[in-house]
Amino acid sequence: MKPAPFDYRRARSVADALGLLAELGGEAKVIAGGQSLMPMMAFRLARPSHLVDIGGLGELRGLWVDDDGLHIGALTTHHQVETCTDPAVLAGWPVLPASMSWIGHLPIRTLGTVGGSVAHGDALAEWCLLTTLLDAVLVAEGADGRREIPVADFFLGFFTTALLPDELLVEVRFPAPAPHAALTEYAERHGDYAIVSAAVSLDLVDGSLRGGRIALGGVADAPVRVPEAEALLTAGTTHPDELGGVFAAAADAAAAAVDPGDDQHGSADYRRSLVRTLVQRAGVQASVAARAVDDDRPAAVPAGARRRP
Amino acid sequence: MPQGADTDQPDAGHRAPSFGSTGRYVGAAVPRREDPRLVTGRGRFLDDIAVPGMLHAQFVRSTIAHARLLEVDLTAVRALPGVVAAYSAADLALGDITALLDRPLEEFVPTPMPVLSGAPQADGSLGKVRFVGEPLAIVVAADPYLVEDALELARVRYEALPAITSAEGAMAQGAALVHDEAPGNVLVDVSMFATEGIDEVFSDAHTVVEVRSSTGRQNALPLETRGALAEWDERAGQLVLDTCTQVPHQVRTVTAGCLGLAERQVRVRVPDMGGGFGIKCVVGREEIAVAAAAQRLRRPVKWIEDRKDALTASFLAREQQYVARAAFDREGHVLALDADVVCDMGAYSCYPFTAAIEPLMASGEMPSVYRVPAYRVRGRSITSNKAPTAPYRGVSRPQYVMVMERLMERAARVLDLDPVEVRRRNVITTFPYTGVNHITYDPGSYLESLDLAEQTVRDEGWYDVQAAARAEGRFVGIGYSCFSERTGYGSGAFAKRRMKVVPGFDISEIRMDLSGTVTVTTGTQSHGQGHETTMAQIVADKLKLDVADVRVEQGDTDRVLYGWGSFASRSAVIGGSAVGAAAGKLEVKLRELAAHLLGTRPEVLELRDGGVRPIPHAGDGVPPEGLSFTQLADVAYLKSHLLAKETDPGLSAVASFDVAGDGTFSNATHACVVELDPGTGGTRILRYVCVEDCGVAINPPIVEGQARGGIAQGIAGALFEQVSYDANGEPSCASFLDYKVPTAWETPDVLIKHLETPCLFTETGAKGAGEGGTIGAPAAVLNAVNDALRPTGVELDDTPIRPEVVHRSLQVTRSAAHGSAA
Ligand SMILES: Cc1cc2nc3c(=O)[nH]c(=O)nc-3n(C[C@H](O)[C@H](O)[C@H](O)COP(=O)(O)OP(=O)(O)OC[C@H]3O[C@@H](n4cnc5c(N)ncnc54)[C@H](O)[C@@H]3O)c2cc1C
Repeated sequence: MKPAPFDYRRARSVADALGLLAELGGEAKVIAGGQSLMPMMAFRLARPSHLVDIGGLGELRGLWVDDDGLHIGALTTHHQVETCTDPAVLAGWPVLPASMSWIGHLPIRTLGTVGGSVAHGDALAEWCLLTTLLDAVLVAEGADGRREIPVADFFLGFFTTALLPDELLVEVRFPAPAPHAALTEYAERHGDYAIVSAAVSLDLVDGSLRGGRIALGGVADAPVRVPEAEALLTAGTTHPDELGGVFAAAADAAAAAVDPGDDQHGSADYRRSLVRTLVQRAGVQASVAARAVDDDRPAAVPAGARRRP
Repeated sequence: MPQGADTDQPDAGHRAPSFGSTGRYVGAAVPRREDPRLVTGRGRFLDDIAVPGMLHAQFVRSTIAHARLLEVDLTAVRALPGVVAAYSAADLALGDITALLDRPLEEFVPTPMPVLSGAPQADGSLGKVRFVGEPLAIVVAADPYLVEDALELARVRYEALPAITSAEGAMAQGAALVHDEAPGNVLVDVSMFATEGIDEVFSDAHTVVEVRSSTGRQNALPLETRGALAEWDERAGQLVLDTCTQVPHQVRTVTAGCLGLAERQVRVRVPDMGGGFGIKCVVGREEIAVAAAAQRLRRPVKWIEDRKDALTASFLAREQQYVARAAFDREGHVLALDADVVCDMGAYSCYPFTAAIEPLMASGEMPSVYRVPAYRVRGRSITSNKAPTAPYRGVSRPQYVMVMERLMERAARVLDLDPVEVRRRNVITTFPYTGVNHITYDPGSYLESLDLAEQTVRDEGWYDVQAAARAEGRFVGIGYSCFSERTGYGSGAFAKRRMKVVPGFDISEIRMDLSGTVTVTTGTQSHGQGHETTMAQIVADKLKLDVADVRVEQGDTDRVLYGWGSFASRSAVIGGSAVGAAAGKLEVKLRELAAHLLGTRPEVLELRDGGVRPIPHAGDGVPPEGLSFTQLADVAYLKSHLLAKETDPGLSAVASFDVAGDGTFSNATHACVVELDPGTGGTRILRYVCVEDCGVAINPPIVEGQARGGIAQGIAGALFEQVSYDANGEPSCASFLDYKVPTAWETPDVLIKHLETPCLFTETGAKGAGEGGTIGAPAAVLNAVNDALRPTGVELDDTPIRPEVVHRSLQVTRSAAHGSAA
C-alpha cells in the first residue's frame, strides 16, 4: 500500500498548472485534496508519472453568488461548503451545505474538494448527484481557455468524465437556485459511499408543485435523472397528504425506470427498493424544507447578488 | 423515549473485595498508568522503533487461491537498485510451523505451515499455494516504498487448481484437496458426549426445535497491524525480535525451531501494542521470515503489515455453520441438545492451537449456562483456500451462544412462553454444577444477571416503547442473551483438548530494590488491557506498598522464565494469581529477614506502611517502628554479612500459578433493543444493557472498557463485518470500503451493571473479563432483530444480519399483513 514512484510538482497558478500538464503529458495527474487519488495510488490502481499539486491555488477556493448563479471554486472543500454561512448560498442552495455530512467523515471533508469529487466522477459521490440534480455547469480551463460543460454532457460513465487530461476543472456553477431540495441515501455505516442515493428538487410556485427533478446514484455507472418520475411531480397544493401520494407515485416510477446491477453491496431488487424508499423520503424532506422556506421568504433568490470578495 | 441510567454509574455497586486480597487497590478505579504516555503520543509501538541501518521488508504473496507453484523467480527483484536481498523458501530452508494435537488421524490431520511456501519438495516440485496472500518470498530493501516496487518484479508461475471457498464445496464429492493428506478436506472431526438414550429423548419430547445458523468470516482487526523488527546482536549472540505479539515465548520457541537456533539465542521483546484480539496469539509466518532475513544479513530488518495484507493475508476467524436441535418439555425445560458444527478454518492450522480450536471450544462448551441433561455433538474443521484462522476474542462462544439463545427463543415461541422465562427455567442455579459435558461450573450469577437485565429494560420502559411502536406498525424488538464464559484455562483444561503444546501456568519473579520498591514480571502480555496497572494493584496490596512503587515487567523473553502470554481471558486469573503468589513469597522473606534482624519470630510481624512492623498486641517487645523496606533492602544488598547463614543476599522470589480444575466462569446477560427501518432494512440499536459478573473487578473502569470494546466487536459480527471471497478464492475485502468495521457512529452507548460472584481460587477473587462482551452481543442483537420481526413471522438465524435480508423479510409480511387486514 505504497504508491509507485512519481514526481511531484507544485503549481503556482492555474496557468502554471496547465503549463505543467501540457509539459508533462498524459501520465501526469492533478492532485487536489488527495482523498480519492491517494488511496488509488496506494493500491497502485493509479500510477501517475507526475503529480501536479494545485492545493495552493487560493484563486480556486470559495463560494459566491452572482447573476449567473452560485459559483464554487474547484478547490473549495466539502467542509467549507458544509460550514458556509453566506445568506445568499443558504437561501438559494441550502441543499448543498445540508448534504455535506453524507460525505465520508470530517477529516475527509476538510481535505476533499468539490472539484476533485466532480473530476473523479464516482457515480456515488454526492457532488456528482447534486450537480446532476441541479443542472450544474462545469467550468474547465485548458490551454485554449475556458469552456463550460453542461452536466448532462459531463459524466460519461464509470469514473469517466468529459474533462480532458490537460484540462483543469476550475469551477462548478449552479445556474438556478434550488431552495426546495434534499438529498438522502442509505449505507450500512455512516460515512460510507451510499448503496443508493437519491436527490429531489421541487419547483414550488404559489403553493403548488409545478415540477421537479430527481437524481439517483448507485443505479448506473453515472448519476442518472429519471424523467419518467419527474413528470409526476405536479400537485395543486403543498399539503403533506397530497404530496405524500405524489412522492409515492414518483418513487414507484423511479424504481420502475432504473435498471441497477447486482454486487456485494446489494442486489438489483434491493437497490430498486431503496430507490423507492429514498425518492419518497427525499421528496418529503424537500417539501418540508420548502414549507420552512416559504414561511418567511417569498422570493428565494436575494436581489443584488453578491460579488466574489 | 425512555432514558437509561447514567452509563458510567456502576449502580449495582462494587462490593468490597470479599475474597483474597483486602488491600486498598484491588477493586478501586486506579487510573491506568499506561494512559498518560499513550494519550500524549509517547507510547512506543513497533512502528515507532527505528534503529540505525534498518531495512524494510515485504512479501511476495500468492495471487492465486489454489495452485501448484511452478516457479518463483526473483531475478528482476534482486536487480532493482536499492534491493538488499530477496529470499524464497528455497533460499532460507526454514523449518515448518507445526501445531499438533495428541489425537488419532481420524480426529485430527496435522497441516504444517511453511514459513514461506514454495520450498522444493521430495518429488522435486515446489508444492502448492493455498490462499491468496500466502507468503512466497521476503524482499528486503532500503526503504518501504522501494520494497513495494520490487515486489512487482517477482515472476511467479502457477498451475491453477480449483479453489475451495465454502464448507459445502470442501465436503462435496470429488472436491479438490487443499491438503492431500486431508481426505474430504476435513482437518478435525470429533464426536463427543452422546448421552445414552438421547435419541429416545428427542423422539419422546413434547417439542423439538431446530436452528440452522451460519456466521460470517471475520477479522479480529486490531488497530495496529502485525509487524516485526529483527536484529542480530553480535555481542549477545542473539537474534533480537521485537514484535507485537500476545505470546512472546511461543514466538521465541517457534522462531528458534524454524531457524535452528537454541532458545537462548532468540530474544523476543514486545513494545506497546494496539490490540491483538487473538490474531496475535498465534505465531505468524512473517515474523519468522523477518528474523531469518535479519540473521542472514546481519542487519536490522523491519516489517509492518499494511492494512490490505491485514485484511486479506493475516489470520481470520468465526466462519461456522450449525445445525442444532433441542428437545423441550411442555413447560419449556430443555431435555436434550444435539449439534453439528462445521468450522471453515482456511488453509492451515495455527500454532499452537491448531485448526481444532473452534470446533473443540464449540463442542465442549455449547450447553452454556443451561442444565442440559442429554447432549451429543459433532465438531468438524474443514480446510479451504482462504486465509487461515486464529482464535478471535470469544472463540466459537459468540456463535454457539447465539445458537443456544436462538434455540431458547424458538422454543419459547413454539410453546408460547416468554423467552426470558424459558431461560429462567433452564439456567444453572446451584453450584458447583457438573454438566453433561463433564465440565464443572464454579459459582456464578446466571439467574440474577438475567433478572437484573430484564428488570432494567422493563424499568426503562422499553416494553412500553415496543408496544406503542407495534401499534403504529413500526418494528421494535427486544432481545437477550445469557451466557457464561470459561476464563483462565489451566494446563488441565488444555490437556483435555489434547494439545501437544499445553498452555496453562504463569510464573512471576518479584524483586525489591534498595529503594524499597518492587519490580514484578509477568508472563502475560498486555496488548492494551492495562496489565501494568492491574498487576501492580495486586502486588501493592499484598506488600502494602504504594501502587506507584510497583513496576510490572512483561514482554521480554530474557526477563521472564517462560510465559503463555495473554489470551482466553487468562491474565487476571492466572497471571494475576502468579504475581500475587510471588508477592506473597516476598512478604514471607521480608518478615523472616526483619525477624532475624529484630531478634523475634516472623509470626508477630506484618507488612504495614512500607515496612515490616510488629502486629499490634502480638509483637512482644519489638520496637514499634519495626524496619522499613529500605532498611531491610540495605541489609539484603549492602550489608549481607548481617544476614542469617542460610539466607541468600538480595530480596526476590519466584512463584507460579496454574488452575487445577476446570477454571472459573464469568457470566453475563446482555439485552438489546432495536428498531428496523422497513424502507431500507437497516437495524438501529436503541439501547444496550450488559449485566456482567467477572467476580471481583480488580479495576472496574478497565472491566467496563473490556465489556464496551467487546460488545462493539460482537455487534460488528452481528450486523456488519464479513470477509467474503469470490468463486476463485479472491478476497473481496481489501480495504475498509468493503470490510465494514463499525465506527463510533454505529456503536451504541452501553449501560453496564455489575454483579460480583468472587472466584474461589484466584488471588483476588477475579474472573476473566476480556471476552464476554464479544460473546454476548451477537445473540442479543439477533434475538432483538427477530423480536422486531415478530409481526412478520420471519425468523433469521444467520449473521451478519444483512439489511437486504431484513428488508425482504419486512416486505414479505407487509404484503401479508395488507392481505389479512383487507
Ligand atoms: C474514507 C473515505 C470516505 C469517503 N467517502 C466519500 C463519500 O461518502 N462521498 C463522496 O463523494 N466522497 C467520499 N470520499 C472521497 C472524497 O470526497 C474526495 O475528496 C473526493 O472524491 C475527491 O476530492 P479530492 O480533492 O480529494 O481529489 P483528489 O483525490 O486529489 O483527486 C481525485 C481525482 O480528480 C482529479 N482532480 C482533482 N481536482 C481536479 C481539478 N480541479 N481539475 C481536474 N482534475 C482534478 C485528480 O487528478 C484525480 O484524478 C471519501 C474518501 C475517503 C478517503
